[in-house]
Amino acid sequence: MKAFRLLLVLLALLAWAPAHADEFSDAVRALNADNFADKIAAAEALSALGDGRAAVILEALADGRLHAAGDGTIVMEQGGAYRDAITQAAASSADASPITVNNRLRGVLRGAVGRLGLFSPDPELRKRAAESVIASPTPESAAMVRRALETETLPEVKRMLSLALANLDLADADPERRKAAIQALRDSSDPMVRGQLQHMLETESDPEVKAAADKAVGAINSRLVWVSVGANIFQGLSLGSVLLLAAIGLAVTFGVMGVINMAHGEMIMLGAYTAFVVQEVFRATLPPEYVGLYLPVAVPVAFVVTFVIGVGLERTVIRFLYGRPLETMLATWGISLMLQQLVRSIFGASNREVANPAWMTGGIDLIGGFTLTYNRVIIIGFCLAVLLALAALLRWSSFGLHMRAVTQNRPMAAAMGIPTGRIDAATFGLGSGIAGMAGVALSQIGNVSPNLGQGYIVDSFMVVVFGGVGSLWGTLLGALSLGLVNKVLEPYAGAMLGKILVLVVIILFIQKRPRGLFALKGRSVES
Amino acid sequence: MNAPSLSARLLAADDRRLWLGMAGCAIAFLVVVPMLNLAMPPDSALHMPNYMVTLLGKYLCYATLALAMDLVWGYCGVLSLGHGAFFALGGYAMGMFMMRSIGARGVYGNADLPDFMVFLNWKELPWYWMGFDHFWFAALMALAVPGALAFVFGWLAFRSRITGVYLSIITQAMTYALMLAFFRNEMGFGGNNGLTDFKDILGFPLAEPSTKLGLYMLSALVLGLAFLVARFVVTSKLGRIMMAVRDAESRVRFLGYSPTWVKLFGFTLSAMLAGLAGALYVPQVGIINPSEFSPANSIEIAIWVAVGGRGTLVGAVLGAFAVNGAKTWLTGAAPELWLFLLGALFIAVTLGLPKGLLGLWGQIRRKEKAHA
Amino acid sequence: MKFVRALGAGLLAAASLLPFTAANAADDTIKVGVLHSLSGTMAISETTLKDTVLMMVDDINKHGGLLGKKVEAVVVDPASNWPLFAEKARELLEKEKVAAVFGCWTSVSRKSVLPVFEQLNGLLFYPVQYEGEESSRNVFYTGAAPNQQAIPAVDYLMSKDGGEVKRWVLAGTDYVYPRTTNKILEAYLKSKGVKAEDIMINYTPFGHNDWQTIVADIKKFGAAGKKTAVVSTINGDANVPFYKELANQGIKADQIPVVAFSVGEEELAGIDTKNLVGHLAAWNYFQSVKAPENDAFIAQWKTFIKNPKRVTNDPMEATYIGFKMWTQAVQQAGTTNVDAVRQAMYGQKVKNLTGGTAVMNTNHHLSKPVLIGEIQANGQMQTVWKSKDVIKADAWSPYIPESAKLKADWTYPWVCGNCAEPKFKM
Repeated sequence: MKAFRLLLVLLALLAWAPAHADEFSDAVRALNADNFADKIAAAEALSALGDGRAAVILEALADGRLHAAGDGTIVMEQGGAYRDAITQAAASSADASPITVNNRLRGVLRGAVGRLGLFSPDPELRKRAAESVIASPTPESAAMVRRALETETLPEVKRMLSLALANLDLADADPERRKAAIQALRDSSDPMVRGQLQHMLETESDPEVKAAADKAVGAINSRLVWVSVGANIFQGLSLGSVLLLAAIGLAVTFGVMGVINMAHGEMIMLGAYTAFVVQEVFRATLPPEYVGLYLPVAVPVAFVVTFVIGVGLERTVIRFLYGRPLETMLATWGISLMLQQLVRSIFGASNREVANPAWMTGGIDLIGGFTLTYNRVIIIGFCLAVLLALAALLRWSSFGLHMRAVTQNRPMAAAMGIPTGRIDAATFGLGSGIAGMAGVALSQIGNVSPNLGQGYIVDSFMVVVFGGVGSLWGTLLGALSLGLVNKVLEPYAGAMLGKILVLVVIILFIQKRPRGLFALKGRSVES
Repeated sequence: MNAPSLSARLLAADDRRLWLGMAGCAIAFLVVVPMLNLAMPPDSALHMPNYMVTLLGKYLCYATLALAMDLVWGYCGVLSLGHGAFFALGGYAMGMFMMRSIGARGVYGNADLPDFMVFLNWKELPWYWMGFDHFWFAALMALAVPGALAFVFGWLAFRSRITGVYLSIITQAMTYALMLAFFRNEMGFGGNNGLTDFKDILGFPLAEPSTKLGLYMLSALVLGLAFLVARFVVTSKLGRIMMAVRDAESRVRFLGYSPTWVKLFGFTLSAMLAGLAGALYVPQVGIINPSEFSPANSIEIAIWVAVGGRGTLVGAVLGAFAVNGAKTWLTGAAPELWLFLLGALFIAVTLGLPKGLLGLWGQIRRKEKAHA
Repeated sequence: MKFVRALGAGLLAAASLLPFTAANAADDTIKVGVLHSLSGTMAISETTLKDTVLMMVDDINKHGGLLGKKVEAVVVDPASNWPLFAEKARELLEKEKVAAVFGCWTSVSRKSVLPVFEQLNGLLFYPVQYEGEESSRNVFYTGAAPNQQAIPAVDYLMSKDGGEVKRWVLAGTDYVYPRTTNKILEAYLKSKGVKAEDIMINYTPFGHNDWQTIVADIKKFGAAGKKTAVVSTINGDANVPFYKELANQGIKADQIPVVAFSVGEEELAGIDTKNLVGHLAAWNYFQSVKAPENDAFIAQWKTFIKNPKRVTNDPMEATYIGFKMWTQAVQQAGTTNVDAVRQAMYGQKVKNLTGGTAVMNTNHHLSKPVLIGEIQANGQMQTVWKSKDVIKADAWSPYIPESAKLKADWTYPWVCGNCAEPKFKM
């Protein structure tokens, strides 16, 4: 983005043409009109000049970076510095107020910037211009794209431009051109194209063109079915990973230790608030480009914070309740109420803003309008990493060995010299710490509020019980299958009914397998 | 050994204290409170204001609910985290009756459909609303629907030998699913707003203090009756098997009893009691809405019982009064801090008083005796 | 002996309840109740309103109180629990004997306390935009009715400036406010010639946090070649994940704008708005509006709450107007007597924070201006449209056949909140 803007500036300087400076500066000044209709007219006039400098100014306007000073000079903000938009001289921002923009003007501006970019020397810019022409088509675009195509050399850009042209040509007066456009768009999987073709089916008069359009719609449709199946699976996996992330910590405290930990949700919440605090510290101390790094830092910090809180709780409350699982529920419920109110008194009752870092914002447009969003992909990866790390810890570390020993046979473990008390504390801390890390991840897709944990607690218990208490792989499989079932049902049943059906499925499933998907076997199970 | 006959048991010397206590409570709740409410002048320090009567009525319903919970958790060892669902279903049954008795007095003046249905363009009453014009039907449903749900659910669960936390979690799933279902406006139960705007019950206007007092006294009577029924059950032979199931289910099974049916009986009876409590609760608070199904509410019921003293019927009642009284008082007296205090109470009770408040009473009594 | 002891225990139990009852208001104060959830799910929104009332009370006491008496706020926490709302309302009216109550956010909480206020003839000021279809003698509604929010917003989107939207997604949380608003909007859109296939209606549960499918559906729906907009009545908590998903799936405001009726400055403070620039909200108030009253209010709020970063929002303005109107009505009536104050409320005027004057109508709703704003990167709204004059709230929507017949007017000869004809014949 930065490089792009820099290029635009260079471009503007290259195209410096004093001959029509007056015309140009008048057009720029006209942007500061009283109403949006006049502003739109001014923007269109400015872009029609074909002056390369216009692109930078129009883009600044679209981003809300173009200001008007009291004396009518137009000032442009770039990375905190202000310059006169026409002369490029440094200017002060003292009495400047931003020129207001609305969606309609923004659309016009993007189209204009796009068209101006068609003739840019940078291929990347030309590609984006082709995209923006598709997004906001205007009658004059077709001619410009055609002109750009004549001089285009790079095959990739050429392909995009012809697609853009085909999009525009669908509305052409010449039936031959329309037919050619349909041929060119047959292999597209863009629902936008399908929409246009469908629209054509209703309005088209030429039977031959109509038949071609009909065929093309059929082809696109059959491809889109597969896209939607793929999208569905991804969404299911993503939901499953969120469920899994929320449940892994509980799989330790509840699954391994048998503590009905009602405060589990609050550990997730505390993790999310830790992410918030780390973000604020980064914002206060570091330059803006490093703020995005708060997230990798927040993960271990949240682990430590919730680990310590978990150990503290275990030592002061929970250790007195071993062997009385249902009473741990009562006590942890009390803890959960207190933690919620504590956070409410410290941070206030309203939502806190935790921003996605730039590298987690947006997504890749895969095919057919299906976007693979970065934050969800990263969360899927993160959750698998956490699970694998935990499994490795339990399997190969001496702490894991001790932990398994203590949970399987406490007196025997104690007799072997394992400090059971310390192991208990560490195990509960571990479960809490994982919940804290989950909180950091979940802050990237949802609210950060004192009620955050309440939204996940019921689902987490469902996942752990469905998967089989005490089994990590059960938790994994349980979470993913519940996520998938939920998302497969959602398009047919709606979000609400889908969720109800999933709960009914869990209830019925437990009838068949009273100890979940992966039941622990052995004598210690019965109690 | 044969269980002693009913009359013998009712008059047993051990029970005399119980009967006296009940008589004391009956006088307090059925005579003293109404007297303080009606006979005392409003500015007297002894006057019981109307809102206190409603509040007490509400607590009495909660106490009945806690009793139901104790029957199944304290005596059968089944921790149901879905008892709020039975309570709410009973409440909905009564709410539907009161909704139907609004008739044409609703805002849209439609005699055939409740307001929210008129509003959502329903053309006719759905089949499951049929019959709720009659009080006897609604009263029957307030018992039968929770009972039937508990029977089917319990039969499936106990037959598959689902126990412990698994059972708790699937009961939670049940109430959660019901909550989501009742939130759906398409269900025909008023969605999030639930049923409200009731005018009267059996011709008695709900806004009248005398109706409130009547409902309060009815709740007190029902609590007393529920207490006797629960007491009768737990002191019977069946009650002993229940406790045996609670303490060692496998042994009971090896002795030739079927724990499934014992637990099923306890669960169903308890659900019906909960439904009854719900049916009495709704006319007193004037609204029934899906949030009554929320899992947190059901957990809270378990907490009342634990605070009062699990496995003792008096304890359950005591716990419901204590926790709800504390809640009423603290949400007014310390609105910013009450969650800390309530949370601390739960922790303190579990750590310090494993047998609940009643256990504390027992400890004090034992000390007294030791000193005497 | 035992008998006496048991009986005594029972009596003691009854007696222990007595301290609840003895609490008498001192004669030199006027009490107002504050009935907003400070814990539970609604605390997110309602806590701010509690603070607003406290600020107003503080302010009036600094200026000599009301009728020569100090005003005292009685704060209770109904904990987002609807039956508890009714219980607390009863406590405020019967035990605390408050002169008026400021409170409630959700419709269900209002419905829950309504019978209490009507039975005890209390006075409730309800400060939140809601679905209408109600006019109680004991409630003054200072938030927007659908015709003060939804219809102007849709009109704007259909206009040239709004992008001439032809295709509509009505997305909401499944409860009564979205249901009503969408019902009104559907009827309104159809009356404007929008075809049924160009309207997509979608409901989600409370606190819904997985929006992947629905946002993808919106994207698909918007790809049909006609300009599409989303009208969102999604409730509080669910908005953050919804907007995050919108931003990440790349839905830009100039392609598919989203106009929301429940998202204000307070909600935006919890969202990263960089990627939401241009999405819209319709309200009766924006913090960004430049007006002397507004500047003073914002400054007062920031000082009171001791946090320069806190924002103001529409329900706060509604609370402000309600409180002001009540104090004016009390002064006019010379008493806090509910019947006298109610009469004095009609026609009561208070200057809006954004300019113009709000008037209390005889249907217990306000006439207020309507503003439509676009979200800015700093979390504020930039006004892109403002109604020329104040718009009078309809208690009963003319677009719903059953309610079109009804009229709310609490003055002679109507004296009714939901009647098809006047109570008294002229």
